[in-house]
Amino acid sequence: MREVLLALFFLRGLTALFLQFDFLNEDKVRQDVAMSTNTKPAIEISGLIKRYGQKVAVDGIDLTVYQGEIFALLGPNGAGKTTTVEILEGFRNLSGGKVSVLDFDPATTGEAGRKWRNKIGIVLQSTTDAADLSVQETVEHFSHYYENPRNVDEVIDEVGLREKAKELARNLSGGQRRRLDVALGIIGSPELLFLDEPTTGFDPEARRAFWDLLNKLRSEGTTIFLTTHYLDEAEALADRVGVITAGKIIEIATPATLGDRGNAPARITWLENGQMQELETSEPTAELKKLSARFDGEIPQLQVIRPNLEDIYLRMIGENR
Amino acid sequence: MEVKVFMRGRESVVFTLLFPVILLFIFGSVFQNTIAPGVTFSQYFVAGMIASGLVNTGFQQLAITIPMEREFGTLKRLRGRPISVSAYFIGKAYLVTILMILQTALLLGFGAAFFGLDIPTTSGKWITFAWLILLGSACSTVLGIAFSVVPKSGRGASAIVSPIVIILQFFSGVFFVFSELPIWMQQFAALFPLKWLTQGMRSVFLPESFATQEVAGNWELGRTAIILALWLIIGLIVSIKTFKWSEE
Repeated sequence: MREVLLALFFLRGLTALFLQFDFLNEDKVRQDVAMSTNTKPAIEISGLIKRYGQKVAVDGIDLTVYQGEIFALLGPNGAGKTTTVEILEGFRNLSGGKVSVLDFDPATTGEAGRKWRNKIGIVLQSTTDAADLSVQETVEHFSHYYENPRNVDEVIDEVGLREKAKELARNLSGGQRRRLDVALGIIGSPELLFLDEPTTGFDPEARRAFWDLLNKLRSEGTTIFLTTHYLDEAEALADRVGVITAGKIIEIATPATLGDRGNAPARITWLENGQMQELETSEPTAELKKLSARFDGEIPQLQVIRPNLEDIYLRMIGENR
Repeated sequence: MEVKVFMRGRESVVFTLLFPVILLFIFGSVFQNTIAPGVTFSQYFVAGMIASGLVNTGFQQLAITIPMEREFGTLKRLRGRPISVSAYFIGKAYLVTILMILQTALLLGFGAAFFGLDIPTTSGKWITFAWLILLGSACSTVLGIAFSVVPKSGRGASAIVSPIVIILQFFSGVFFVFSELPIWMQQFAALFPLKWLTQGMRSVFLPESFATQEVAGNWELGRTAIILALWLIIGLIVSIKTFKWSEE
């Protein structure tokens, strides 16, 4: 008996160690998730169309999000991000096409719909109700809706609202308010979490803490579907990003390869003749060699700039206007 | 939970719970006359106040707060949870019933202490009182939820709902003796539940002798029950059919 216990203990320790190791190699995990094609889909969208009267908000989207990945949907205001998410969440009916979320049609109502909602977490774009309940009471109350809720205090700690636990929700700042929304999104231990522009109004520190939280959720196996305006957020979190404009998805890729980013021209800038010089090239190393031959020593204020995700994104959006 | 939220909103606590008491104080002080042998105006007025309390806490309160919850996204957030519409309805009905009991207790206590209000003594009257409160609360709740789809925005809700309630109160004999109102007003009021609730409450608080002064010559309790039940069913069907979680 004792041996069995010991062995179990040992195994647990080993798993913990292994998990920790994996967690440290976040990039590796991410790549694995992105690479693996045999994981099961969490969300499947095919030919999704949504019309509001004459206006076509979503114009034929095909997309698959796999279990365990963080997928970020990027796009300008009015591109159809929220409409798409809200169809997936079951808030809106679709006009055409097919969606399946955790092997389920989100538009289903009744008992089956409730069972399904038990497995998903939703953080809406914004809630502004002046709730007269404290953070603790709100989270506690929402935890009763779920079959398998997470620990209330743990969730409050995770979103960083420990010091505000007794504060009424209406007295929270915008960012704190948002964190409460997130707490209500994850309280039900969801398999799949929807986040619609989750970090709007966060200060940089809170944003980092939030990213850590999402990474932790991912490492626990939660699939996360997020929309965001912040390109750095997509880059820091997402295994894959999709860019949507005018109701169409124009590309789906990893943050590193989006918009042929790997092969995009780099920009070299330096100071010469009292003026900043600039050069765009797809062979920055060769150009640098030429430059250094010319200068015979340090090149003043030299910079080699690779386009960041935002540059790529803005270019893609611009081309598709 | 609903009750807790309500109590946190101080303004609404004051208005919903204390308003009828304040009204009783004003009307009771102004009209110290008797309207029939042994029936003071206060006695008559308390019956009307309790009845219109049912309309205020149920219909008026819900028809104003639900559009606001819709506008603020509270309802949309609830929609994303594994709960049913009926759970939400039941929560609201529970809130209305609790408020009604509190409000009535306040009104009766205040009336008895300062205006010589006679509290009913027979068990028969208390039973009538109990079913009127319960049926009235339920009826008022579902009608409030049903009507909550009418206001287009949370802010506009109060402007639409309050006048309806006030007019109904005047027509239904809350502030005036019903039998002295113009006939057309009486007939119009008879279409709505408040008139019947008020009349039912009069049967509880006024002596039997007053029944002869009613328009029909008696309390018409059976008809009251039928009309309230009808409104309850209509309200239930309409509220379930038309309920919306978000403005969209």
